[in-house]
Amino acid sequence: MGILEVKDVNKRFGGLQALGNVNLSVAENTCHAIIGPNGAGKSTLLNCLVGKLIPDTGSVMFDGQSVLGRTPFEINQMGISRVFQTPEIFGDLTVMENMLIPCFAKRDGSFALHGIRSVFSESGLRDQAEQMLEEVNMLDKRNMHSASMSRGDKRRLEMAMCLVQNPKLLLLDEPTAGMARADTNNTIDLLKEIKEKRNITIAIIEHDMHVVFSLAERITVLAQGTPLVEDTPENIKGHPKVKEAYLGEAA
Amino acid sequence: MFGLDKKDASLLLIVAVLVAFAPFFLNPFPEGSGWAQFNAGYPDLMQRFVIFGIFAIGFNILFGLTGYLSFGHAAFLGVGSYAAVWMFKLLSMNVIPAIALAVITAGAFALIIGYVSLRRSGIYFSILTLAFAQMSFALAYSVLTPITGGETGLQLALDDPRIFGGAATEGNIPVPGFFGLEMRDSAQLVLGNWVFTFNVGYYFAAIIMLLSFYLSIRIFRSPFGMMLRAVKSNQQRLNYTGLNPRPYTLAAFVISGMYAGLAGGLMASMDPLAGAERMFWTASGEVVLMTILGGVGTLIGPVLGAGMIKYMENIISKINSDILHSWFAFLPDGLEDLVVTLIYPFIGKGWHLTLGIVFMLVVIFLPGGLVQGGQKLAGLFGRKKAQEPKNATTEPAE
Ligand SMILES: Nc1ncnc2c1ncn2[C@@H]1O[C@H](COP(=O)(O)OP(=O)(O)OP(=O)(O)O)[C@@H](O)[C@H]1O
Ligand SMILES: [Mg+2]
Repeated sequence: MGILEVKDVNKRFGGLQALGNVNLSVAENTCHAIIGPNGAGKSTLLNCLVGKLIPDTGSVMFDGQSVLGRTPFEINQMGISRVFQTPEIFGDLTVMENMLIPCFAKRDGSFALHGIRSVFSESGLRDQAEQMLEEVNMLDKRNMHSASMSRGDKRRLEMAMCLVQNPKLLLLDEPTAGMARADTNNTIDLLKEIKEKRNITIAIIEHDMHVVFSLAERITVLAQGTPLVEDTPENIKGHPKVKEAYLGEAA
Repeated sequence: MFGLDKKDASLLLIVAVLVAFAPFFLNPFPEGSGWAQFNAGYPDLMQRFVIFGIFAIGFNILFGLTGYLSFGHAAFLGVGSYAAVWMFKLLSMNVIPAIALAVITAGAFALIIGYVSLRRSGIYFSILTLAFAQMSFALAYSVLTPITGGETGLQLALDDPRIFGGAATEGNIPVPGFFGLEMRDSAQLVLGNWVFTFNVGYYFAAIIMLLSFYLSIRIFRSPFGMMLRAVKSNQQRLNYTGLNPRPYTLAAFVISGMYAGLAGGLMASMDPLAGAERMFWTASGEVVLMTILGGVGTLIGPVLGAGMIKYMENIISKINSDILHSWFAFLPDGLEDLVVTLIYPFIGKGWHLTLGIVFMLVVIFLPGGLVQGGQKLAGLFGRKKAQEPKNATTEPAE
């Protein structure tokens, strides 16, 4: 039984069957990649996991509990953090403040009224945030206005914001899109390192096969809302159905 | 100092000094001179400066930090005034219980109105608050006349059943006070042609304003303040980071409602009456203008905006055509009439027109409000600027 169990999930948008009978099991402490052509329903699947969308039918169990019917912040508090396909950060805040917010959420829960205490008296949380920034090589940018950073930096910041929460399950939606090659390799190294050091399960959506084959232990191929195959990277590489799905898209 | 960093502490100190010496600053022109009508150092107006300053400081905690634009905050100010007057009628003429009840009642109202209105955001939130405020106005104006005094407003009467000090006031309606200090008491200092007035009510309200200002700085710099800015910046990210935006915005709404109640209670303490017009939608709009004019989301901006609007309301509206004629008497007759005719629509009752023009100019050329204007001026004179990044942690500080 995996830490994440998706059973018979269906989701329609009007006439479009975005997800059709999706079954997915992600084992604890593994990295599971979900690949597939554009419009296959990969982001929609993630949206169903974090409470952004509610599936029409089916069940989603995380850590033995259903996530359906819970709000996004409750699901995050259960231990799921997500990086979005387009970076979602607090653009009006500095990099350091961006990092402190998930730290507060982790320590104090979904609401706490510290109206008088100073942010800068929270030395414990600051240390945590700085350490994480160090790990993603962004410590020198900590006082920067986050909206003014490059897209790649925004992604790294968003990933750092998720990682600092020490989630049980990390969901990554194309985390290296828009990154320079060097940053992509750094990201791969970072994720490998994080996986060795902590007990973390990763589900990653990625078009960059270099990233997928560097990280994933299992791969699910999604096409037109339905999983085609699920297997190890070695077996996926030469799989005829996979080639068909990708070529079918190109044709 | 007081848990503030250096920059904030010096800002607080500057404001404290300005407020303490306001009776001097605001009366720069000698009595009897033609300029004396521009003097603002009389108790009634100075009280308004600080009381509306409090109102705007509180409003800025909601609007400036979370970006939720309430069009109904005057309702809380009105509720605070009514609560305070009832306290004077029933308990005692001491302002402390009156102000305490004003804050609590306004907070309770804000909790209810905020709980409902915050189910929507953006324009729908604004309209909901506006609807609630107009409902409150209508209730106060007619339906709840026994409680609010309806059209005439709520006033003290000789036969008020006051628990403390009810008997001691035969024949005279008592005045609000602070343990023996009457709010309307004033001392005057005459220096040559200058007359400076030091009013108890003003200094009482000023001290409360400084405390409110201090509290608002602390809120701005707290984790709570940071969450409120995060609400404004990206609610989606906040949700997926495990934080529930709703209670944060509701807390900000209630806090700003309590500030409004405090302002209302102080108004009633200076002059113990309360009327429904304090809840009218134009009064709600005024605090929005104050905040935007001064600088949304800045610490001192709302106070500046409140001061500017109240100054224009009281000073420009007092200029009449006779005064204009005396100013331009040096011009040839025909030209004098022409100039006076041109300016006349902008003075007296037309002060709103002047305000409108000033507001437009500020919004177009200084979107950051008067504070941005101040920063630009400071930049022109080449102060610092080069060694900025040292403490570039937060938004513009002053
Ligand atoms: N909220 C929505 N309303 C209507 N249709 C939607 C919605 N979200 C997604 N879709 C549609 O569902 C299909 C799957 O979209 P999804 O974003 O999940 O694809 P994807 O696999 O993530 O693709 P990509 O690789 O381009 O990110 C698409 O056809 C898309 O247009
Ligand atoms: Mg996608």
